[in-house]
Amino acid sequence: MTTENGGDVRLAGISKTYGSFTAVKPLDLTVPQGSFFALLGASGCGKTTTLRMIAGLEEPSSGTVMLGDQDVTALPPYKRPVNTVFQSYALFPHLDIFENVAFGLRRRGIKSVKKQVGEMLDLVQLGEQARKKPHQLSGGQQQRVAVARALINHPKVLLLDEPLGALDLKLRRQMQLELKRIQTEVGITFVHVTHDQEEAMTMADTVAVMNAGRVEQLGAPADLYENPGSTFVANFLGTSNFIEAEVAGRSGEDLTLKAGDGKLVLPAARCTAATAIGGKVLVGVRPEKISLTHADDAGSIPDGRNRITGRVVDSSFIGVSTQYVIDSPLCDAFEVYSQNIERDSRLAPGAEVVLHWNPAHTFGLDAAQDIEAGAAKVEEDAAA
Amino acid sequence: MPFVRWLRRNLVVIAGLVTLGYLLLPNVVVTVFSFNKPKGRFNYEWQQFSLDAWTNPCGVADMCGSLSLSLQIALWATIGATVLGTMIAFALVRYRFRARGAVNSLIFLPMAMPEVVMAASLLTLFLNMGAQLGFWTILIAHIMFCLSFVVTAVKARVMSMDPRLEQAAQDLYAGPVQTFVRVTLPIAAPGIAAGALLAFALSFDDFIITNFNAGSTVTFPMFVWGSAQRGTPVQINVIGTAMFIVAVLLVLAAMLVGKRKNKAV
Repeated sequence: MTTENGGDVRLAGISKTYGSFTAVKPLDLTVPQGSFFALLGASGCGKTTTLRMIAGLEEPSSGTVMLGDQDVTALPPYKRPVNTVFQSYALFPHLDIFENVAFGLRRRGIKSVKKQVGEMLDLVQLGEQARKKPHQLSGGQQQRVAVARALINHPKVLLLDEPLGALDLKLRRQMQLELKRIQTEVGITFVHVTHDQEEAMTMADTVAVMNAGRVEQLGAPADLYENPGSTFVANFLGTSNFIEAEVAGRSGEDLTLKAGDGKLVLPAARCTAATAIGGKVLVGVRPEKISLTHADDAGSIPDGRNRITGRVVDSSFIGVSTQYVIDSPLCDAFEVYSQNIERDSRLAPGAEVVLHWNPAHTFGLDAAQDIEAGAAKVEEDAAA
Repeated sequence: MPFVRWLRRNLVVIAGLVTLGYLLLPNVVVTVFSFNKPKGRFNYEWQQFSLDAWTNPCGVADMCGSLSLSLQIALWATIGATVLGTMIAFALVRYRFRARGAVNSLIFLPMAMPEVVMAASLLTLFLNMGAQLGFWTILIAHIMFCLSFVVTAVKARVMSMDPRLEQAAQDLYAGPVQTFVRVTLPIAAPGIAAGALLAFALSFDDFIITNFNAGSTVTFPMFVWGSAQRGTPVQINVIGTAMFIVAVLLVLAAMLVGKRKNKAV
């Protein structure tokens, strides 16, 4: 056994079917040791099933699970050097906090657990609560007990199944930082399952976006956000605006596109679609990259920026920024987020405006996909 | 109207106390008459205070023998029904098998069927099998009718158990046996205990089914019934009162233990 990749998780061709339903399509995934890895997706996308297959709680229909150099596919969960923080924690209600945390150590026949449990409870700042029962703790405290109970076993990999889902927003932010701190401190590989894109981006080094049983895209949070490879990723991670366009030509590193009567520029490297002249592409741009200028001042817009015209239909002031909805001939609900640095009072509903942005922030996608993919799912999830 | 206001405020308490009195009055009568010194053979009229029966509880021929037999049967019936009933409850909740629905409803049949009918059919069954009536036929019958109560009590508990708790135990290096002993059983324990207590109480004072299937064996309820034809010894009240006191003490002890456990936290 080599120590360098002792904590790597390698899934090879792993899949899971229940009867005729395929929860996870054959999947290859490597989680490097010591990384904080997030599996992100809407409910039912197969992310939890994938996690449970790593834990051994679900038997894969095909493929292998490797931990470092060890093939653990056939091992039952109690023989795997992996621990899980369950959704809604699954703390043992009949045991106090101390015994909950000591459970794993005791099952492995370790007699003197007091020091280790004490240290672990201190790490999660629950030293005072050792003799309380789980139901006497708050949600955030229970969550920390669940983390301590798993971490005390020094697993090669810690699996977290929506661990923050039951907490309110403020506590969730706090626990995100806390978990990140603990991960940095102990250096164990974390695999974190979540449907919350902000949570995944805040905490993880690498995010795998899952959709309908397969990994749609994998990368660092900033890469995924700036260069989404599909409309699903573009919509699931934040918000995107799309314009249907046609490739008109090529100049150096850039593609020239024709959209309506206008002309847009897209760096060829940021286009994942085929770029033959005359081919269709979807041009995407994030709402916060766009600047709004009133049509009267259109002359002041510097050259070399992508620009389209439109009319403000809606604006909502949310403190740090104002969110505008713009109607344009190219796209009927363009979203623009504008920082409230110098507010132009003319930008009210009804105003004619010019939208413009740096072409470097444009991305191009294959036009043969659903523009709405991923967007509706987020709303459903929020409603659920 | 201060009285109406007072009544309105305390009506719940009054109703509670009246109900409690209604429930406990028979027990009070049993207890009071255990200190009676009746004239003649029937203990139905208060005569004078006496400790005779309390100082000599086994003074009536055959009574303590039948009491001991009833306790033995109740103990074994409880053990048998609790073990079987717990396993059935787990099977019904945890596994999907053919005829699970049918089993689920058939289990309730002994609870729903009139006891006399069941007693008579059991006797027919035993006689046709050529079984010798006595301790074993009583025990078999008791386990049978206690089962459904245990299954009901345990099933409710197992159904409300989060299956993730057992997965968490497995995830924390507990094998199947360890998981059952350390997690499943302790969490299901209150349901199992409730089922067992119910089984004990039902078995101990069952008369109808026992009477049909006992042959020449006499349990305590049968003894009381039999002696009531010829006269009621005061010792019956002594045994009744003693059982009541033991039950109350057990409940109090359980409450104290529970309180201390909570306080220790």
